[in-house]
Amino acid sequence: MQKGTYRVKTGFAEMFKGGVIMDVTTPEQAEIAEAAGAVAVMALERVPADIRKQGGVARMADPKRIKEIMDAVSIPVMAKCRIGHIAEARILEALGVDFIDESEVLTPADPFNHIDKWQFKVPFVCGCRDLGEAARRIAEGAAMIRTKGEAGTGNVVEAVRHMRILNDQIRRLRDMSRAELVSYAKELGAPVEVLEMIQELGRLPVVNFAAGGIATPADAALMRMLGADGVFVGSGIFKSENPEKRARAIVLATTHYDDPELLAEVSEDLGEPMPGIAIEEIPQEQLMQYR
Amino acid sequence: MKIGVIAVQGDVREHLRALERLEVKAVPVRKPADLEGVSGLVFPGGESTAIWRLLKWSGLVEPIEELHRSGVPFFGTCAGMILLAREIVNWPERFFGFIDIAVERNASGRQVDSFETELEVKGVGRVPAVFIRAPYIRRVGPGVEVLAEHQGHPVMAREGRVLVASFHPELTEDLRVYDLFLTMCS
Repeated sequence: MQKGTYRVKTGFAEMFKGGVIMDVTTPEQAEIAEAAGAVAVMALERVPADIRKQGGVARMADPKRIKEIMDAVSIPVMAKCRIGHIAEARILEALGVDFIDESEVLTPADPFNHIDKWQFKVPFVCGCRDLGEAARRIAEGAAMIRTKGEAGTGNVVEAVRHMRILNDQIRRLRDMSRAELVSYAKELGAPVEVLEMIQELGRLPVVNFAAGGIATPADAALMRMLGADGVFVGSGIFKSENPEKRARAIVLATTHYDDPELLAEVSEDLGEPMPGIAIEEIPQEQLMQYR
Repeated sequence: MKIGVIAVQGDVREHLRALERLEVKAVPVRKPADLEGVSGLVFPGGESTAIWRLLKWSGLVEPIEELHRSGVPFFGTCAGMILLAREIVNWPERFFGFIDIAVERNASGRQVDSFETELEVKGVGRVPAVFIRAPYIRRVGPGVEVLAEHQGHPVMAREGRVLVASFHPELTEDLRVYDLFLTMCS
């Protein structure tokens, strides 16, 4: 009997497909997410929109908060650690969280490296803006990838940008000769072996969700149409006027993304969405995606 | 023969691929019309509470009950087993209840305790088995045959035309457990 194998980690991520993972900051919100059909919750102290507004250093959530959320729901609980913060990751693993998000939404802890995720029994999800980032994170042992988007903006444009770039690069990779692949690996800063695996499969070897700016059922459906296996919704639910109704609508839209009539029905009368921010209004150094 | 795979959420792709490898026509089921003409129905792994809500909100619960009454065999893995069980010992909701067993959700523990191993399956032999936050069977009714156990916990069972497993044969290359289900369908 073996625990924490790569198959057990990536296999768990496969179980999230077609689903919605929701950011929650309290046990009550976690219960709302579970009742609305979330496949997992992300336990946080502050949602990305508040992290963005309040500034300062954003760290791993208080273990007490995470434990309260784990006790409140039966679905898997994820939590975020800072990029490269091995100690936060070890703490989250010891708490028994089901998945760690090594996340650019928190303030990075290591200016040089990400975590060597092969050393952990708990699986990790990491963000990417393109194929090079995705391949590097997979080489470090990530069991799941999410495109980054720009968290806490309620603006889907960066999520679309990253998914479009990733798709385009995978498409180009598919037709490359061995020599071209090696040269492309150098251009992307990506390991050759991971690119070979992606070329053979014609897709990433792990589940890929979309994140960062999804605020409406239509946004969720759009990301699925572009090939995302599912979606993370951060501030989009609990910063909106009617979280219960919106959460359920986004869950339905993620499954039935190719049914426009159903999308129209679930998009109706959801109350105010979270307020959005134009990406151009955000100073370059405050963009989370470049972390 | 055409087999349906419930496709509202979960590891649908792996089940479709397993059926494809066994050269069986497989169709994803997301709306009632997709159930037309299926000789068997697979309930995949995933999050049981999410799948149940999506089945309800997608108008699939009654058509699936109808299909069960008409005698079509069902196969559930992990979350699929929870959906097919009569009773959930640690959860207030009851789902389809097509097989007379009581299951405990997440009985193998949280993800850090998920594991892979080998199991002896009655009538099949030794198979690789992947358990992910897996449910265990805590009670079996008189008409239920236990087909495999792990450390004394029943993890695979059959009653009539309903087959359930706590683990995920679809995540491995060994599809003999699947063959057992296809035999029930033909």
